[in-house]
Amino acid sequence: MTRGIHDIGGLSEDPIDPSEHDYALWEKQIDALMVLLSGEKKLLRVDELRRGIESLDIDAYNELSYYERWIASISKILVEKEILSAKELSDRMAEISTRPSNS
Amino acid sequence: MKPLYPIGARVTVSDRETTGHMRTPTYIRGKTGMIERRCGSFRNPETLAYGGNGMPEQPLYRVRFLQHDIWTNYLGPPQDTVDIEIYQHWLERTV
Repeated sequence: MTRGIHDIGGLSEDPIDPSEHDYALWEKQIDALMVLLSGEKKLLRVDELRRGIESLDIDAYNELSYYERWIASISKILVEKEILSAKELSDRMAEISTRPSNS
Repeated sequence: MKPLYPIGARVTVSDRETTGHMRTPTYIRGKTGMIERRCGSFRNPETLAYGGNGMPEQPLYRVRFLQHDIWTNYLGPPQDTVDIEIYQHWLERTV
């Protein structure tokens, strides 16, 4: 039986940290983005989001936080469905990286 | 798809080899439980995940398993259970 990287029920793992934390603004923005994409616009289904997360490279999956996995999957699937191009994404990321930091 | 299983029916989860997006976790495949409730019918996430339309809709059940039937050397009380929501095409009737 080949398990997906997410399919870890019953395996030996480190204990889960159950402490609550506040969400950062960028995490809320990713959540809101998914609501918009999967809601009225129907550009992305929650099952596609899950499939994108489950098919992340195992090192990426283990390194990324919860909402980082979301945005990795959202980007991958929007490019796959030709709603965005990889160039549009990388151009925009390059443009934003030149902005003065506001933190 | 019509719902095939009544509440209380004993069912076994398919332990088929799969790739792709499946909501049925590995640890429950091949295990036998009991239909706790019918949850309605929904489009199939296994094809929705790849841009398909998810039709035909599949009945979804909440299936109750004894923890002792799932884990060898389970240390908890014998009546401990776990409920998992599983689509009909993963279930087989068990007499």
